[in-house]
Amino acid sequence: MTSTACFIIVSRNDIPIYEAEVGSAAKREDAAQLHQFVLHAALDIVQDLAWTTSAMFLKAIDRFNDLVVSVYVTAGHTRFMLLHDSRNEDGIKSFFQEVHELYIKILLNPLYLPGSRITSSHFDTKVRALARKYL
Amino acid sequence: MIGTGKIKQYANVLDKPLGKGKQEVSLSAFAFLFSELVQYNQTQVDNISELETRLEDAGYAVGARVLELLCHRGKGNRRETRLLGILSFVHSTVWKVLFGKVADSLEKGTEHEDEYMISEKELLVNRFISIPKDMGTFHCGAFVAGIVKGVLENAGFPAVVTAHFVPVEGQQRPRTTILIKFAEEVLQREARLG
Repeated sequence: MTSTACFIIVSRNDIPIYEAEVGSAAKREDAAQLHQFVLHAALDIVQDLAWTTSAMFLKAIDRFNDLVVSVYVTAGHTRFMLLHDSRNEDGIKSFFQEVHELYIKILLNPLYLPGSRITSSHFDTKVRALARKYL
Repeated sequence: MIGTGKIKQYANVLDKPLGKGKQEVSLSAFAFLFSELVQYNQTQVDNISELETRLEDAGYAVGARVLELLCHRGKGNRRETRLLGILSFVHSTVWKVLFGKVADSLEKGTEHEDEYMISEKELLVNRFISIPKDMGTFHCGAFVAGIVKGVLENAGFPAVVTAHFVPVEGQQRPRTTILIKFAEEVLQREARLG
């Protein structure tokens, strides 16, 4: 289990559609803003990298002090971004793959408008459970 | 028939496995549903091009979802980053899942570099449809064009996609051609990737 991790899903129109702070570290007051800021800054790198490989998992692409940004880009260019301070690449990969499956199930729901916020509490619960399992 | 037999109940869609997608639906059921889609939209519009836009939008939503699902299911989590890759993905994988067969042909436009065509002798959605004379160039394939557009645009290849009838010599029914015109940025990126 990592001490800090922040997970967000960014739609292909660059709008964050899901956010979760996972991890056990004592929260600094400004942590959430800092995490958002770092992840935001990494988006440009993702945009360039996404076209150089056909793999979905782009591994660690950016770092900020001791925090690392790992990214997963789906076929529809929805980006899963994870900010973490551990070095467990396999766990992160499995985490992304399982979240991808959950995301597809959300997307296939005809009542979900692609690119809108994911508000399902089931999704939230499952993502947090996956984070506990793999990260 | 689908729907008969015991189906396991799940409390939430997220608990349900994604499935292999081997099922088929009856053509008549689909034809009735599609006919209803066209008829409903016809009551909501003032002219033909608006009707085509509405069908295209309906298809777009299908395309966006189909792309994500099929890339996950069939390609072992690979994305398409190249123009020809995504076109053949549409032509074979997508067509096969949606219409049960590979599209008849995929060609590059002769006049313009940025145009590609997918042709089909008898498009599934057109099977029971004939266009009245007063509706001019209306083509129900706008729905399929929308699907193609949805797949391409979500994969990062924005394009204008339209469906047309092309008469074939010696045949009563015209062929359907789905014309894909890519945006300039796509070709520039393609040239950069080499």
